[in-house]
Amino acid sequence: MSQNSKVGNDSGEEIILSVSGLTKHFPGAKTSFFGKHEIVQAVDGVSFDVAAGESLGLVGESGCGKSTTGRLITRLLEPTAGTVVFDGQDISKLNNSELRPIRSDLQMIFQDPYASLNPRHTVGTIVSTPFKINKVVPEGGVKKRVQEILEIVGLNPEHYNRYPHEFSGGQRQRIGIARALALRPKLIVADEPVSALDVSIQAQIINLMKDLQKDFGLTFIFIAHDLAVVRHFAQRVAVMYLGNIVEIADRDTLYSSPKHPYTKALLSAVPEADPDAVGARERIRLTGDVPNPINPPSGCRFRTRCWKAQDICASSAPALLQIGQTQVACHFPE
Amino acid sequence: MIGAPIQGRSPARMAWDRIKKDRTAKISAITVAFIFLLALASPIFTWILHTTPDQFHPETLDPSFGTNPVGKLGGISAQHWFGVEPRTGRDVFLRFAYGARTSLSIALSATALATLIGVLVGLVSGFFGKTVDLVLTRTMEIILAFPSILFALAVTPVLENLLESWGVPTGNATRIPVMIVVLSMFGWPYIARIVRGQVISLREKEFVEAARSIGASRTHLVFKEILPNLWAPILVTVALNIPTMITSEAALTFLGAGVIDPTSDWGAMLLASVPFYSVDPMYTFIPGFGLFILVLAFNLLGDSVRDALDPRSSR
Ligand SMILES: Nc1ncnc2c1ncn2[C@@H]1O[C@H](COP(=O)(O)OP(=O)(O)O)[C@@H](O)[C@H]1O
Ligand code: SF4
Ligand SMILES: [Mg+2]
Repeated sequence: MSQNSKVGNDSGEEIILSVSGLTKHFPGAKTSFFGKHEIVQAVDGVSFDVAAGESLGLVGESGCGKSTTGRLITRLLEPTAGTVVFDGQDISKLNNSELRPIRSDLQMIFQDPYASLNPRHTVGTIVSTPFKINKVVPEGGVKKRVQEILEIVGLNPEHYNRYPHEFSGGQRQRIGIARALALRPKLIVADEPVSALDVSIQAQIINLMKDLQKDFGLTFIFIAHDLAVVRHFAQRVAVMYLGNIVEIADRDTLYSSPKHPYTKALLSAVPEADPDAVGARERIRLTGDVPNPINPPSGCRFRTRCWKAQDICASSAPALLQIGQTQVACHFPE
Repeated sequence: MIGAPIQGRSPARMAWDRIKKDRTAKISAITVAFIFLLALASPIFTWILHTTPDQFHPETLDPSFGTNPVGKLGGISAQHWFGVEPRTGRDVFLRFAYGARTSLSIALSATALATLIGVLVGLVSGFFGKTVDLVLTRTMEIILAFPSILFALAVTPVLENLLESWGVPTGNATRIPVMIVVLSMFGWPYIARIVRGQVISLREKEFVEAARSIGASRTHLVFKEILPNLWAPILVTVALNIPTMITSEAALTFLGAGVIDPTSDWGAMLLASVPFYSVDPMYTFIPGFGLFILVLAFNLLGDSVRDALDPRSSR
């Protein structure tokens, strides 16, 4: 959708990840016995850049294609179209053996702290697997390094021989973070890393990731389904709706003056931290669900739930254009 | 720097703790162990009883008829604990003990071979999917649809001739390997089907993706990430497969495609007892009861193993 993928990152920083026209269509159910498969347009032409050391929030309701985008970037999935340029190399079409040397630079933290740790492996095995697979032997041995990492993420290094089921959700997510951190990646995609956790634990995990980002100069893509979670983490936020990016801006701009109706709606669901802004923000309640990505609405995909929709919204898809500090895809931005 | 390592309780350890508290499991395990001991210790009994399972004892038979054992209950005596065989006078206790040996070795070897094939096929089929899976699942379905005992009877002579043409001596030296192959040929699809289903649900799990995202090979994914999660279902399937194998082995022998006399076997004993069952019912009862108890104990043990490994499942 975007013609200008550079915007929103005007400083002269090094771009570590550049995604353009990224598309993933899954085969859905068959239309009839002899018919073709339906096409699930999970991600449809997504473009953005991420600067080294930056943290980008990727926000949208469930089913908008955020996880798919994350898995395309980490190449757990192969894109249907588009490119993913990571560290100067287009990785979108590499095969498994070509990807192997890059994988350790590109890690993922998963949403479900229960499903993401092998129940039959000890913490030690889980966190040392990245070393073993990549045949990396750190100074002082794998075990020593793994125990250092466990300490860094706030776990007791003596728990090396324990099994995942002996830990709480928050601790398990720390194990997942330790594993992602093991080989000192350049980019980490964190797919809703706290949405399965108690609210009281969420802040601890977010603070941990913040510290790690600072200490190790990591670049983060932080996926979340609401704007509240990324507010204190991301420097820049991309809002995603039904496979498209509808708005990207730096955090302050996006939170203080959202341009896209969908962003406004998401923002009005965020509990207000800043009392001054209360009056400025009207309550908007999104009705209905995200439409089915097999048959997305024509024109603007948000039009079925948009209170500002006009005829043009059904006939023509708005492009992601620069308006002030923001890139927004709407015919009638704020 | 670091104190004594704290060892976690592995899921296997917890299952073990659970099974130790299960009375049915205990009783059936003791029964199975007892039969195993009997099988292993059979040479000791040869020594105690001063005879072999193959030795004829015409003196124990009624001379007026010349076939039936003298005395009550098939000739039970201090010398012949389970009586003697009609027509030959061979010691039934020794034939029972040695028969347990044969039956268990064939059934367990067949189970081991079926498990090896079943696990490998299940892993490949479930993990790789697509055409490989289609071909393998069709094969499993075809084998499962066969009337296996009839088919086993039909292929036994074919395989036997093949082995003999390679120079393997005739008799049990060809018969027993053929039985093991035939039994496992019909046993592996049960294991493969279960493993395949489990692999399909596991391969999409995030921990497998996590391993993929650090560049793990397919071999690592299959054998290091997925397989360790399959020990529980494999163990349960195997435990419940052993009694089926024991029954099939006995059936095969009973129908004439099994162990050849004079080697003892429970199925063979049953077969040999049939002509005499009205005059010497004890001879039929002993191997029949042995089979019944062994199969029941293995089944109950299998159920207990399943319950211990998956505490949420109910009987
Ligand atoms: N492997 C898949 N096959 C078919 N459809 C999929 C697959 N993965 C995701 N989808 C569909 O793609 C859409 C986007 O999913 P996802 O990326 O998980 O969204 P989010 O993470 O934003 O909730 C959903 O409609 C989902 O059902
Ligand atoms: S393009 Fe139209 S329908 Fe889409 S968000 Fe803007 S106003 Fe709403
Ligand atoms: Mg998701």
